[in-house]
Amino acid sequence: MVVQTIVEDFPPIAAAPRRRLSWSWLGVVPFFAFTALFLLLPTGLLMVGAFQDADGYFTLNNIRNLFTETIWNAYKISIEVSFASALLGALLGFLLAYAVIGGGLPRWLRPTLMTLSGVASNFAGVPLAFAFLATLGPTGLVTVLLMYFFNFSLRSTGFNLLSFWGLTLTYLYFQIPLMVLIMTPALDGLKKEWREASSILGATRWQYWRHVALPVLWPSFLGSALLLFANSFGAIATAYALTGSSLNIVTILLYAQIRGDVLHDQNLGYALALGMIVLTGASNIFYIWLRARSERWLK
Amino acid sequence: MKRGRVWSWVAIAIGAIYFFVPLIATFEFSLRMRRGTHSFDAYAVVFSDQRFQASFLYSSVLALATIVVGVLLVVPTAYWVELRLRRLRPLVEFITLLPLVIPAIVLVFGYLRIYNSSSWLPLTASERGTDILLMFGYVSLSLPYMYRAVDTGLRAIDVRTLTEAAESLGAKWPAILFRVIFPNVRSGILSGAFLTFAIVIGEFTLASLLDRPAFGPYLQLIGANRAYEPAALAIIAFAVTWACMGLINLVGSGARGTAPAR
Repeated sequence: MVVQTIVEDFPPIAAAPRRRLSWSWLGVVPFFAFTALFLLLPTGLLMVGAFQDADGYFTLNNIRNLFTETIWNAYKISIEVSFASALLGALLGFLLAYAVIGGGLPRWLRPTLMTLSGVASNFAGVPLAFAFLATLGPTGLVTVLLMYFFNFSLRSTGFNLLSFWGLTLTYLYFQIPLMVLIMTPALDGLKKEWREASSILGATRWQYWRHVALPVLWPSFLGSALLLFANSFGAIATAYALTGSSLNIVTILLYAQIRGDVLHDQNLGYALALGMIVLTGASNIFYIWLRARSERWLK
Repeated sequence: MKRGRVWSWVAIAIGAIYFFVPLIATFEFSLRMRRGTHSFDAYAVVFSDQRFQASFLYSSVLALATIVVGVLLVVPTAYWVELRLRRLRPLVEFITLLPLVIPAIVLVFGYLRIYNSSSWLPLTASERGTDILLMFGYVSLSLPYMYRAVDTGLRAIDVRTLTEAAESLGAKWPAILFRVIFPNVRSGILSGAFLTFAIVIGEFTLASLLDRPAFGPYLQLIGANRAYEPAALAIIAFAVTWACMGLINLVGSGARGTAPAR
């Protein structure tokens, strides 16, 4: 009996495993075939195209042309909007999540916040643009009420939804709740014992945050902020519905390029796409790395 | 402690204002169509619009097809990886996360390059072919959410024991998958399905660039040409999102997720 168990645990290396391996592979063939055809290959070929000229020869010209004024500006505005909305979204989302988890508020607030965050973080795209136009647009409710009650003209401050701050403010509607959803598990991982231990040792509230809570939380915080960055960097529908093509962000430029080859150079379009993948890819890889770091503490 | 609680309430109040004010404003705006009074005229106009019905139906059918194909792709794969190919788990997980890295607009750009009418697989040459390509695109976009939801469900049950029990009772592979595994990860599948529905129903980028009459491009068109109908449509879209998230909570699994902005 014992011998039999051992034999089963260590099957002969030559025959059995190989047959089992070849059969096992078949089970994941559909998945790999699908993702190869509809995820990896289309993206990969674009990346190759970014390094080719119109006749298919290798060139770095497309990459160099990314640094011409139009394209460079598009990247700049995109990065600025994504950065601002990620940073503000991360800060506000963090404070909101912390208020509910550690702020001594009634218990029912937490599931309510989670549900509302789930809804708001998925309420994006074209309808979100409509909502903000109806709120802060020229005849939007808030604009009208400010004028009516306070005789305050939003326009006179130079505020415009079709601008950097307008777009950032709109993006925050899904960025803040997304941050709440990602940060909550990390904040749950802050153990009550740590705070008690530090206060018994005579630490002030500030010292607790400086030496205990923040060092544990910062990888999750920074990682989540990076995820928010990638999230708004790839977004297009809200911006397109809000501003038409008047705000020159990189997704809208790429949209126009796909529609009508506005750059008059197909391969430059591929390079534009490559640049986007490089940016979102870099922030995601950094996010995964930070996530792995933070999980050491937050198990 | 007391002071901390006050600041917590302040944070909640700001969050609540940020969440509710645009909704209230949008709702109020959608009632303004008839001059001098509030009415539901904008909704009446929207609901009786032929294009609204057609595009909403189109996107709903597309979402259902996406869910069916996505589930059939993801569940057997996740099951098989859990049962036999644990080594592949990091690779499979990495691939399912790629749609978060590759923006939708880049993905569809790639599709147009390799599936155009003069390529080796001219999917965009016919309307039906383009529909299928669009559906596959949506399956790709929903992969991160669907896979995570199903995988969480699978990890919560003992796949190996269930499989062995079914095998020893004489079940064949299809029976194991459809009568043992599927029912056991039902809540995960449903969460993934509702989230997929919420993503697909208003998706703009893929549908617009593949030139299909979906709900997202219709929304954009109305937004560019009308005043009050867009607000009504935003409220309708919000209600759909709310319904999807509510259903996810209802089928209650640990698998939560959110869609990226598209």
